[in-house]
Amino acid sequence: MTEQAMEPGTSTTGRSVLKIDGLVAGYGGGDVLQGVSLEVAQGGITCVVGPNGAGKSTLMSTISGLLRPRSGSMVLDGHDLVGRSTRQVLQLGVVQVPQNHSLFRDMTVRENVELGAYILSDRALTARRLAAVFDVFPQIAGWAGQKAGSLSGGQQRLVEFARALMLEPRLLMLDEPSMGLAPKILRTVFDAIRQMNAAGTTILLVEQNARAGLRLSTHGVVMENGRVRLSGTGREVLENPEIGALYLGGAVNPG
Amino acid sequence: MSVLLRTEGVHKSYGGVRALDTCTIEVNEGTVTGLIGPNGSGKTTLFNVITGYAKADAGEVYLADRRITNMAPDKVFALGIGRTFQLTRIFPSLTVMENMLVASQHHRAGARKRAIEQLEFVGIEGYHASLAGTLSYGQRKLLELAYILVADPAIILLDEPAGGVNLSLVNHIAARIRELNAAGKTFLIVEHNMEFVMGLCHQVTVLDSGTVVAAGPPDIVRTDRRVLDAYLGEDLEDSDEDPDPAEGT
Repeated sequence: MTEQAMEPGTSTTGRSVLKIDGLVAGYGGGDVLQGVSLEVAQGGITCVVGPNGAGKSTLMSTISGLLRPRSGSMVLDGHDLVGRSTRQVLQLGVVQVPQNHSLFRDMTVRENVELGAYILSDRALTARRLAAVFDVFPQIAGWAGQKAGSLSGGQQRLVEFARALMLEPRLLMLDEPSMGLAPKILRTVFDAIRQMNAAGTTILLVEQNARAGLRLSTHGVVMENGRVRLSGTGREVLENPEIGALYLGGAVNPG
Repeated sequence: MSVLLRTEGVHKSYGGVRALDTCTIEVNEGTVTGLIGPNGSGKTTLFNVITGYAKADAGEVYLADRRITNMAPDKVFALGIGRTFQLTRIFPSLTVMENMLVASQHHRAGARKRAIEQLEFVGIEGYHASLAGTLSYGQRKLLELAYILVADPAIILLDEPAGGVNLSLVNHIAARIRELNAAGKTFLIVEHNMEFVMGLCHQVTVLDSGTVVAAGPPDIVRTDRRVLDAYLGEDLEDSDEDPDPAEGT
């Protein structure tokens, strides 16, 4: 593979934080994931895209321990994730920001962000982390005293990101952060993802806006029907004409 | 070929969200037409407006030459538009046969015989005495189809007939649609399974943000740049750069 031009997240070391191999998982009778293998590069942004029902959200649920895989392996920095509870996965440093808004609306922004560190008992550490998070997102420091419910959808998304950073995650998982946001706001949210990555956070991003997500990412993965169909750098995947066929069926003629 | 069903400039908003925006579609008589588009593009809302389950804020709906805009659902059904739902609507505590007899309403002589014929056609006649609630998800979809066939509608609207059912049942449903179509029945189908849509439909209409971005035969539609744009999303980075030369014109 040829060297890529300087793209976002050029600080990847070539090392993988998470290695998934042959993952099979599902609900009830059917397997949604039918043997998924992928790696998440340390320091990068890995973006998973794919049509409805591809298994993207199921993949996240399986990694975070909400759904137990039927077979396959998931290894995070040498730790086997299979069979661990959601809390154990969290303690190993995998933090997920869910698709739906999840702030406590009647609490302040500061209180919401601090809640991200609820599994830490060291108050001095929590204070240092809060300061570090406000360094990454200076705009949020300005809203610290406001009720979370008074923020716009895009602002709430940023606070959810800040809350997730409180644990200094080894892997931050974002599930369709652009969901329900107007295109203009979307740009702010994507900038925030870039900010977090520039500050050293490894990110696994599931995104329905495939183009914007892949453009932002060091690595791209296209899932379809429970399998990985394409992978490469974000740009390679973005420019692969097969991506259209995976969304629309049959061969796509780009000409 | 004459137009059997059409919408003209339909608008529909929920709160501040515009679900349908100047939405104009046509379904030719005797065709199987697909209605596709990314999540939230307005497909089910359009079904709801056509069948009277939601009121259009503006615009018109016509069945052949008859204006049916904002008629009540039962009236629309009586005029010849049958419809299934994404989540099936059957009576779970009645038997399969009782469900079918409810559909035929009049208890005419021969209603039972016809019901059995329809159940045989969709392939669930063996369950006629079972409670509908005990059917699998895929079997419920077949019951819903049989239920609609009793009324012999001019056009059948199917909302995700292949969603959540196994492959052999997907093929079975596709075969039944083909057979009905060969006998002259017109279909409008919302479906995410692209193989199903592209393999079955004569025409495909693509919605994005409540408006039609493309319409035509499957092979034309799936190579249409605007359709790909609808599914892959807006590229925020290079929207004002030169277009990629590979993208053509």
